[in-house]
Amino acid sequence: MSENVLHVENITMQFGGVVAVNNLSIDIPEGKIVALIGPNGAGKTTAFNCITGVYEPTNGKVEFMGKTIVENYPRGKMKKTYAGENQGLYTHVVSPTPDKITKLGIARTFQNIRLWSSMTVFENVLTAKHMRAKQNVFSSTFRGNAKEEKRMREETMTLLVEQGLDKYKDERATSLPYGLQRRLEIARALATNPKLLLLDEPAAGMNPQETQELARFIHEIRDKYGLTIFLIEHHMDLVMRISDYIYVIDFGSEIAQGVPKDVQNNQRVIDAYLGVVEDE
Amino acid sequence: MRKKTKIICSVIGLLAIAGIIIYAGEALPTSSMFRTVLQLGVIYALIAVSMNLCNGFTGLFSLGQAGFMTLGAYTYAILTIPVSARPGVYYLYGVADWLANLQLPIPVALLVAGLVGALFAAIIGAPVLKLKSDYLAIATLGFAEVVRIVTASSPLNRVTNGSMGLTKIPGFSSYYGIFIVAIVCIVIIILLLNSSYGRAFKAIRDDEVAAEAMGINLSKHKQISFIISSFFAAIGGALMAMYLGAVSATTFTIAVTYFILLIVVIGGMGSVTGSIISAFLVIACREWWLRFLDQPMMIGTFTVPLLKTGFRMVVFSVILMIVVLFFRTGIMGDKEFSWDAIANFFRNLFHRKKATPAKGGADDE
Repeated sequence: MSENVLHVENITMQFGGVVAVNNLSIDIPEGKIVALIGPNGAGKTTAFNCITGVYEPTNGKVEFMGKTIVENYPRGKMKKTYAGENQGLYTHVVSPTPDKITKLGIARTFQNIRLWSSMTVFENVLTAKHMRAKQNVFSSTFRGNAKEEKRMREETMTLLVEQGLDKYKDERATSLPYGLQRRLEIARALATNPKLLLLDEPAAGMNPQETQELARFIHEIRDKYGLTIFLIEHHMDLVMRISDYIYVIDFGSEIAQGVPKDVQNNQRVIDAYLGVVEDE
Repeated sequence: MRKKTKIICSVIGLLAIAGIIIYAGEALPTSSMFRTVLQLGVIYALIAVSMNLCNGFTGLFSLGQAGFMTLGAYTYAILTIPVSARPGVYYLYGVADWLANLQLPIPVALLVAGLVGALFAAIIGAPVLKLKSDYLAIATLGFAEVVRIVTASSPLNRVTNGSMGLTKIPGFSSYYGIFIVAIVCIVIIILLLNSSYGRAFKAIRDDEVAAEAMGINLSKHKQISFIISSFFAAIGGALMAMYLGAVSATTFTIAVTYFILLIVVIGGMGSVTGSIISAFLVIACREWWLRFLDQPMMIGTFTVPLLKTGFRMVVFSVILMIVVLFFRTGIMGDKEFSWDAIANFFRNLFHRKKATPAKGGADDE
């Protein structure tokens, strides 16, 4: 159990009467690339948001490196309307804000790129290092943190060189081509020194060649930084190529899991993606 | 532009500014309009920059500036009115016993004024900063109004002198005092904005969700920005009290907040130099350049219509509307003053004729 970096247990996320994620359990072993796939609106991003603290799940628990980081049970208004399973299994409430979870070592990217538009490429990455810097507002204002600042700048530069973004470092982040913006977002996430990287549709809007490059890139960063990667993706060939393990969800519930080869041939997965011909 | 040229330009520029201030201080009479504009301008520049820190750089639409100025101004006034003058100032209600012999040196009183502003910002910040955009504006606006009314309320008569206000507020003996304090404060804000925290503020403004996902604690950073902004607004209020020599509850009405917001918007949300330039321009326009519109004017035997007291504000408002229509993002946008931009501007000016036929998409460069 302890070799699992992330352990998601019976997560249910209910908005009013809609159960967006239902009783989802995921295990992510260290150093692996695990994918979460499913048709549009299946609840993939919602699951991500539950893990990263954007949403407070209605029920369930998330453990990171053996430590509970998110836990909740149906309370208040949800107590009556709760439609999911496993009610009563959890009794504690742990709901940190996203920045606390990032601090623990989970970084993420976004489905629709969210770079800081007024900043340059360099500043985007540098700002992500702010959290880990040893400084306070006074030392930072009066330059008492010069050593720390220098270290941050050097690390940022190293990261940009490694990601091949150094020649764009003084350009506005949003003026980069789409593919590079995605790459910058990943670089920014890496700047927070994560152990687990969550990628939300990293290949969205990319052409096949870029997708291929991305697959190589994901492998590369995993090996270089010793990461574990959890990704949501629509591009089937990318997922099949890079994932070690795949979870498939539809309408919020898991319908299949397994290694790529098994999932590919699973009838329920094919049905979910292509639709089922109903027999009268 | 090369680095060396830039440094030379900057040094010349700063010397020129210092020269203007010293010229106004030494050569011009105290009644000179130019002196007034410089002094008021630098005070408003400080307050505008402090507001910009919160509104332009952190993206918190706060309208509490007047409240913090009131706090700063009153704190400063209460702590510095000479002991001998107190019975005269508080002639109606008498002065509170603990206050009667309390007088602090001016720099200490300024610092205390700022700290009082910061303290109140810390108290109201915790609940209020959870609100977003318009709601935050309304809440802070309400706070400013509460402060204004409480300072004028009767239970505080023996401290704030109620609705009579405070007079005989001492200032620096030197004309340069206000400039030094304001410039030091602005420099501190600039240092903050260029530090790691400044970048975090901008990240919050650009995209809160991303900032939080990158480990920036939203509530903590918003609080810091709000508190520091209020600290300097309070010092600005104290400088204002010093300059005016008197404060009352009607000195810092909501209109003052709007006036500062106007300076910030015209200068450009998210540009310190923009705020400073626009503070001087707006003050000069309002107080000086448009003064002639208030006097009746005769051309030969023809009396120009409309020119009478108050007309200057009409023209002023029209100018503002025009500026806002044509410069959507203010004078500077969210950019800072740089010699490169100036050089580019002149280069474009001289090369425009040549460039016109081959107009392409390279204009941004």
